[in-house]
Amino acid sequence: MTPPDPMAEIRASFFVECEELLEAMQDGLQLMDEGAHDGETIHVVFRAVHSIKGGAGAFGLNGLVRFAHKYENTLDAVRSEALAVDADLLNLFFRATDHLFDLVRAARDNADLPTAQSDSLLRELEICIGAPPAPDGAEPEIEFQPIGLALDLGCDTDAPPVLTQSPQYDIVFAPDTEMFENGNDAYPILGALAGLGECSVTCDTSRLPGLDSLAPETSYLSWTVRLTADADAAEIASMFEFVEGLCTYTITPVTEADASEPLRNVTGDIAPVVPLLPDTPSPPAANSGCEATAPPAAPKTVVRVDLDRIERLVNLVGELVINQAMMAQSLQNAGLSPHSDAMNGLEEFQRLTRDIQDSVMMIRAQPVKSLFQRMSRIVREASVAVGKEVRLISEGESTEVDKTVIESLADPLTHMIRNAVDHGLETPADRLAAGKPEGGIVRLSAAHRSGRVIMEVSDDGGGIDRARVQKIAKDKGLIPADAVLSDSEIDNLLFLPGFSTAATVSDLSGRGVGMDVVRTSIQSLGGRISIASTQGQGTTFSISLPLTLAVLDGMVVKVADETLVVPLNMVAETLTISGDTLDSIQPGVDVVRVRSGFVPLFDLGHHLGYRPKLDSYIDSAALLITHDDGTLGALVVDEIQDQRQIVIKGLDDTFGRAPGIAAATILGDGQIALILDPSDIIAKSADFKAGAPLKLEA
Amino acid sequence: MSQDISAKSDTVKLLTFRLGDQEYSLDIMCVREIRGWTKATPMPCAPNFMRGVINLRGTVLPVMDLAERLGLPPRAHCDRNVIIVVSHQDRMTGLLVDAVSDIIALSDSDLQPPPDASSHGVPAIIKSLTLFEDRMIRVLDLPIVVTVTQGEAA
Amino acid sequence: MSLHVLAVDDSRTMRDMIRLALEPAGFTVHTADDGVHGTEVLSQTAPDVIITDINMPRLDGFGFIDAVRENSDHLSTPILVLTTEAAPELKMRARAAGATGWIVKPFDPAKLVKALQMVAG
Repeated sequence: MTPPDPMAEIRASFFVECEELLEAMQDGLQLMDEGAHDGETIHVVFRAVHSIKGGAGAFGLNGLVRFAHKYENTLDAVRSEALAVDADLLNLFFRATDHLFDLVRAARDNADLPTAQSDSLLRELEICIGAPPAPDGAEPEIEFQPIGLALDLGCDTDAPPVLTQSPQYDIVFAPDTEMFENGNDAYPILGALAGLGECSVTCDTSRLPGLDSLAPETSYLSWTVRLTADADAAEIASMFEFVEGLCTYTITPVTEADASEPLRNVTGDIAPVVPLLPDTPSPPAANSGCEATAPPAAPKTVVRVDLDRIERLVNLVGELVINQAMMAQSLQNAGLSPHSDAMNGLEEFQRLTRDIQDSVMMIRAQPVKSLFQRMSRIVREASVAVGKEVRLISEGESTEVDKTVIESLADPLTHMIRNAVDHGLETPADRLAAGKPEGGIVRLSAAHRSGRVIMEVSDDGGGIDRARVQKIAKDKGLIPADAVLSDSEIDNLLFLPGFSTAATVSDLSGRGVGMDVVRTSIQSLGGRISIASTQGQGTTFSISLPLTLAVLDGMVVKVADETLVVPLNMVAETLTISGDTLDSIQPGVDVVRVRSGFVPLFDLGHHLGYRPKLDSYIDSAALLITHDDGTLGALVVDEIQDQRQIVIKGLDDTFGRAPGIAAATILGDGQIALILDPSDIIAKSADFKAGAPLKLEA
Repeated sequence: MSQDISAKSDTVKLLTFRLGDQEYSLDIMCVREIRGWTKATPMPCAPNFMRGVINLRGTVLPVMDLAERLGLPPRAHCDRNVIIVVSHQDRMTGLLVDAVSDIIALSDSDLQPPPDASSHGVPAIIKSLTLFEDRMIRVLDLPIVVTVTQGEAA
Repeated sequence: MSLHVLAVDDSRTMRDMIRLALEPAGFTVHTADDGVHGTEVLSQTAPDVIITDINMPRLDGFGFIDAVRENSDHLSTPILVLTTEAAPELKMRARAAGATGWIVKPFDPAKLVKALQMVAG
């Protein structure tokens, strides 16, 4: 295996750093948008662009450097208060940041950079600082040197063998006192000269006064160096680059005649330097960046870990849990008492493992902030596209969610937000007519609640036009023409495939992606989505997601001969059906009475094809399931075994995804048990028509 | 997986196995392991030839009754049945067969195309035929075996 | 005995590249993320030469150079400043602030090593 290329690793790490910097820029611009005018915020934004430019230069990413450079200049003008910040400028900065994001991504993926857009934004940026637009491509002030790959820096190769033909130079070097004040020293300079070739050095101490009149901080020494080297005067002069103006030096090529003249006091050593202690006062402080109104928090120490390693760890811990379950089973089969030392020990062991599992599961958790920042860009672009003024307010950005879940949420959230901007919010004219502020608000929030992540996307628009939705559904044959539906049932029609209320398909959301696709995506993450709407006030989508994708609290049941698992958070309660509570609406449709309502029965064994329908449900066990919209269903099972935390194993759908089967797990006995999605099973079963009411009034 | 070292590039190694009284084979390159039958958890609404899923060292492995997939008459199963675990495009499938026979090495020239099979029950799933020790062995086209089209899944 | 270098830059990429350029040349490299962190690492590691960026949070390059020069152990420790432009004003400003020399970003590893040798031997 070839060793990893360190430059490639640094390059990859650079792009990760860019994402962090872009996030910081968004934050800063957001603060400025909300009115923060302290100096530190603009510095943060400036430094971010500066760092991106610096790194990009090192990797030869010209297009990125070019854009970042101009953007940085404009930010610098704001930083030095030569340019005032107003809404238009901030808008430009937001767009420039979005574009910078695109450039970084393109550079990372080795794709073509969107330079046309760069040019137009650059013109706007230049106009702000009054600079005449530079001719494209002319960047004289950037000294651009991409790092080559040759890192073998044997500097001793500079020393050529001494040949009598090599040119010789006499160099006289006399430091001024000031030279030492900045840490410059004669010794390294002489050493650098020695690196060029053979040197004979003499030190001229003639100006040294006697000890009693010696001022220790004054420079009295000078050196004469005869250098034999294959170097030209310019290269020798470059050794004095840092001390130009702080010393006097002359470089004189030696002619043949002079060469024969020996130097006086030739020694092979470089004269020791008298250490001089400058007591210069500190140079005038130029620390404009030091006075921050609020000290930013010290950066957390983080470790970057390969996602593959975390995946492996998650899997291993999952195996551990399964193995322990199997051990518990074996111990039980061996007849050990549940109170024996071995069983107690195992219980403690399992408790510890659950703790490890919790910690491991959260390793992959990340704040949703980056996702929310992407959404704010979507809102910006969407509002421009439809000509409405829209603001995104986000809450709970620091809520942590498994990274894989975050990535899968991007598409559904994008669609919902575009929908909200396009359809949810009214036109500015309508809003004003309704007494609302002209600008609309889309709210995005995330929070942890009872072991799950709850996200909400809401708008303050006109709410769902229920009459229209119902009509469209009837026209499309999605519901029977005479159906009578409750408000929440009408709202849920939006999730039906093939449903679209858009009278005109706008560029934005009419791309054939319906809310049904959004719901399927959410469900495939183990989540649920529901909708609530108030006429004239707005619509809210609520998404509930598991904290991690890998474990589940499940209720283990037996149906026919098969063991199945039902997610515990969908089970409202368990009950035994008695003769009193059982009833039948019509042949084949049985219900059980639960408190004040009737709940339809669903014969799981029959519908999964394990066995024919039971003759009688009396004395059968049933799980009361709560659907997303609050209605109930009762799943009939043969036996309820216990509740357990189980490790979810994915099922690939090569051979078709069975409706209602969400995933699988491995039980203590090594057998695979299927994990059900009860809502899905019931909804897709042939016995219940889609959209038909599931909760019947007595 | 690195390529097996073959002296000639046209050598192919086949795993042969029995279904009823017929012999079939698969390119050994796609075989991951061979194990005995364990009870599978049935998958509702799966095609008839799917037996269900089993636990393969912590992963969920779908198991296919190969005889039924090929359209051979159904027979009773007993514990002697064997599952050949194959891999295609990073997905693993278990093929339930009667018994595994042998691993044989042939050169490409020993393989003959099947006669035009469109009139027979299962077109194209048999990639080629070969004669080995006087027995006819059918070489299966694995991608076709494990890829189920919509129509077939119904 | 190798020379100890303290490199202060808020960009992780830059710190990585400095390390990659200097360690093969025999330097021992310590890094810090900003000026404040730099003063902490300074007292822990006693470097022979310092490289610092200018634009950094909490304490920028100029403030850091001040802090270094106020430390009696480092009155004449050579300090190289990382700048993105070779403009003369910047060099003068760096020198006035107490810097010994400068490196222009993006840097050539060989030039970086040469600059270090010019100031630290």
